[in-house]
Amino acid sequence: MAQPAFATRFPGAVRRLPWLVLALLAVFPLLAPTLGLEYYVGFVRRVLIVAIAATSLNFILGYGGMAALGHAGFIGVGAYTVVALVEAGVSSAWLAWGGALVFGGLAAALIGAVSLRTRGVYFIMITLAFAQMLYYLAVSLRTYGGDDGYGLYTPLAMGPWLDGAHPDVFYWVVLAIAAGVFALFSRVAHSRYGHALRGIRDNETRMVALGYPVFRLKLAGFVAAGAVAGLAGGLLASHNTFVSPGMMHWTQSALLLVMVILGGLGRRWGAPLGVALWLTLEEALKMHTDYWHWPLGVLLLLVVFHAPQGLAALLERRGDRQGGAA
Amino acid sequence: MDAIFVFEQLLNGLGYGLMLFLIAAGLTLVFGIMDTMNLAHGSLYMAGAYVAARVHEASGSFAGAVLAAVLVTVAVAALLELLVVRHLYRRDHLVQVLATFGIILIADDAVKAIWGVAPLMASTPAALAGPVQLFEGLPYPAYRLLLIGAGLLVALGLYLLVNNTRVGMLVRAGASNRQMAEFMGVRVGAVFSFVFALGAGLAALAGALMAPISSVQVGMGEAILIPALVVIVIGGIGSVRGAFVAALLVGLVDTAGRAFLPPALRAVLPPSVAADLGPALAGIAMYVLMAAVLTLKPAGLFPARA
Repeated sequence: MAQPAFATRFPGAVRRLPWLVLALLAVFPLLAPTLGLEYYVGFVRRVLIVAIAATSLNFILGYGGMAALGHAGFIGVGAYTVVALVEAGVSSAWLAWGGALVFGGLAAALIGAVSLRTRGVYFIMITLAFAQMLYYLAVSLRTYGGDDGYGLYTPLAMGPWLDGAHPDVFYWVVLAIAAGVFALFSRVAHSRYGHALRGIRDNETRMVALGYPVFRLKLAGFVAAGAVAGLAGGLLASHNTFVSPGMMHWTQSALLLVMVILGGLGRRWGAPLGVALWLTLEEALKMHTDYWHWPLGVLLLLVVFHAPQGLAALLERRGDRQGGAA
Repeated sequence: MDAIFVFEQLLNGLGYGLMLFLIAAGLTLVFGIMDTMNLAHGSLYMAGAYVAARVHEASGSFAGAVLAAVLVTVAVAALLELLVVRHLYRRDHLVQVLATFGIILIADDAVKAIWGVAPLMASTPAALAGPVQLFEGLPYPAYRLLLIGAGLLVALGLYLLVNNTRVGMLVRAGASNRQMAEFMGVRVGAVFSFVFALGAGLAALAGALMAPISSVQVGMGEAILIPALVVIVIGGIGSVRGAFVAALLVGLVDTAGRAFLPPALRAVLPPSVAADLGPALAGIAMYVLMAAVLTLKPAGLFPARA
């Protein structure tokens, strides 16, 4: 359904690759103890959660051309929704994460309704400004820990069948959600709506002239991305068992943006590739040195000058070009 | 809250605003002329602060420290422009964000490697350590007066440079319409290299002057970058005059918000609510200002491009 041309041209290995990756990720917690990699189950879980947020950013940035520098704000809204629900006595994980999704979307609807009226650098700055407002709001919420953050010490209940079935059940839940989000966005990107969004990215004036409700289409994408980022925030709250305003700091938004661009804007595999590479390098470098920032900085410069389309472009040079950079 | 307190806070806001202007001036010109988004501008500010703090400590001369900070930072910036920024001019904004974010990461580690992780304590010059009696009942730190004086002096110098010299004319031509300026024979590339170095020098000066009254630490560049970006967006990208007005506005709004909002809220709201709300509202004041300005004037107060 996604890309008939691509599917017919490369019927073999490339097409099965996503399933292979999914299968590998699914068995990883089972194999980890024998390989002595238990520690990395948590790490992969974090990569998956961040990849969920990055995928949603890639959707509005890569396909919609909306350079939002405030995506961490929605992650924070999701995380604090979980905190607020827990504080109010909710113990169901599904309810809490669902709330994170809903409130992430609501925040995106409000912020998008204002910001999407601006263009270019002004859009970047407005989204940044709103995320900073959310940041200061979280700092001031002393009920939820304020500057110090809030610890979620009792894990949320995922239901009688899942809880206690296996110590890594949360990992599989995250994997399932990540795979679902990824499939959904890949599919939407090639639906009528996705094509309209790309049309807006490439030539907004023409899309208006053609009679498309440009503002509403952009807002819909922005809200969807905000909701998914909120969900990622809720999952991140459970993963870290801790929520702090630092999650929404502008450098987190910038980092998310950097990971998406690094992976490849508007490419299906861009976001997960960028996140996986960035976090893996960060983890590996941290083990060896305190000075782990600069190699990543050098990597960014190398990407800018030698692989300006991102890493996904290097891998899919011959085939699946899904829209290119904005 | 008496008149003296208000006056004192306004002076603080003026000083902060002028320092913001020094940082934003370079940023807005780089942005305006070459359409280049330089997130690493804050790192130049950090470099200035570190060099000044260490040279001041080692030599005991504050003027020498400020001079050294400016010279070292301009040299570093020239190198940066030559190696990286020059190749970003015609690229996409997002690519510029990616590259200059990379520079931030490298700069932060370089500073940690050279000067250590712990924040530096920069001392005020001994001659200016005491207060000055501005008038009856208002002693004001002499050093902060120096800050205001220096800020105003540099702003005046920059105004004359931009508006009354040949270089300034080329800068303005580049900012209002780069392509046309190129057609008329202006070597915009050379003008830009000059502007980048000038902006770096101003950022370093701000860093050096701010060092004694803020904490000199890794990450200070990222912290000052956002207010500086807010300033150039409010002022209108590419406009030095806009940056000046916007910097003073942001400086005053931010300082006034922190000083007056919490007590004002305490007067009308229950103490627990006020204690939570006060700092939050003070923190977001400048963003609200930006949102309001952009709603009324989408291209900022003084749009540079016709």
